[in-house]
Amino acid sequence: MTLLPRKRDGHPPAHTPGYKSSVARSPSRALISGPASPTELSGPTFGHELLGKLDNNLVVNFTGQPAIGERIIVHGRVLDEMGRPVPGALVEVWQANAGGRYRHKKDGYLAPLDPNFGGCGRTITADDGSYEFLTVRPGAYPWPNGPNDWRPMHIHFSLFGPSFGQRLITQMYFEGDPLIPRCPIIRTIADPSAIERLVAPLDMNRAMPMDCLAYKFDIVLRGRRQTMFENQMEGM
Amino acid sequence: MVQPLDYLPETPSQTAGPYVHIGCTPNFVGIHGIYAEDLALKPFPAEAPGERITVTGSVIDGTGTVLRDVLVETWQPGADGRFGPGAQGFCRMPSSLETGEWVLETVKPGAVGPNAPYIALWIVARGINIGLQTRMYFEGDDLSSDPLLTRLEHQNRIPTLVAKKTGDGTYRFDIRLQGEGETIFLDM
Ligand SMILES: [Fe+3]
Repeated sequence: MTLLPRKRDGHPPAHTPGYKSSVARSPSRALISGPASPTELSGPTFGHELLGKLDNNLVVNFTGQPAIGERIIVHGRVLDEMGRPVPGALVEVWQANAGGRYRHKKDGYLAPLDPNFGGCGRTITADDGSYEFLTVRPGAYPWPNGPNDWRPMHIHFSLFGPSFGQRLITQMYFEGDPLIPRCPIIRTIADPSAIERLVAPLDMNRAMPMDCLAYKFDIVLRGRRQTMFENQMEGM
Repeated sequence: MVQPLDYLPETPSQTAGPYVHIGCTPNFVGIHGIYAEDLALKPFPAEAPGERITVTGSVIDGTGTVLRDVLVETWQPGADGRFGPGAQGFCRMPSSLETGEWVLETVKPGAVGPNAPYIALWIVARGINIGLQTRMYFEGDDLSSDPLLTRLEHQNRIPTLVAKKTGDGTYRFDIRLQGEGETIFLDM
């Protein structure tokens, strides 16, 4: 089994001066490629016993009382580049509250903390690769980069596929947010079609009448290939 | 015209940002009550066989500043060179908010195939646009036939992938993101 090579032009490069924090934190030398060993091809697996009943419900998982904000379902499927569902993937999310404030001592934004919003959740994908969260729509927030830079509404996602070499952290944005094309972090990605793949559409088929709206965010991890010829090739 | 190759492109990476700990180690940043404990605080249970080692390290940026908001993940086999079960062999380490140091208490990994024993690392933080993959080998091991190390063009960079022995069962491993002594990062 091997991993498909990462196609780096669909990702942000390391050095992106428009996002100032990257300047001193980006490797300046070329990445070294080589044969992945079983260590990069394997990875930790997580069972459903890890999960608490409310882990994927950010509306109530902090205190049991509902958080303030617009209730939304965020759902989708985790697939690989071959188009196959990835079951058993650990999906972890974190986000600001409805006012755009994180529960973190380094976040001093004017917006208030919501006493009932912790800001994180997790789940494990089902056999068809699907996952689902209930949360509140995060607020946009300003951040110190340029003189007046704002993050669009977003949810951070961390993903574990079956291989440690598939590890991925990304962010989901919301259809129609006018801050998306202005965001220096989004603009670290050069390819406009790659940016579109981070923007979740409103999904009225999953919205629940008189309850919540829904957004659909599918995530694609690096492909793993195994061919029937793979072992024979070595002896050729 | 030909049939389309309808494979899917990998979802683009985005920085983990300054608040990655809220999502990955919420108890560490004072968000209690959602998860009983943070994920993968230790890679192996106390009774796991093998030589116990402690690796202390930090991640340093291009100006020489130690990162205090970095998250380092490690993945390795046990002393017998086998992986798992479950999440055994996986550890998630937020660097200290005060010193920027992280401490990995683990068992020394066994060799897998022709590779010298090593631990895989994955590093994310604010300012890192895509998680950085690297490896940690160990001073004192025979590295002379490792398939990755032997094919490196710049053999003088190998020490950036080797944890230095500082005592009995203790090692030091600093990761330099940029510039003088820049750690080798991998694309594999
Ligand atoms: Fe954020």
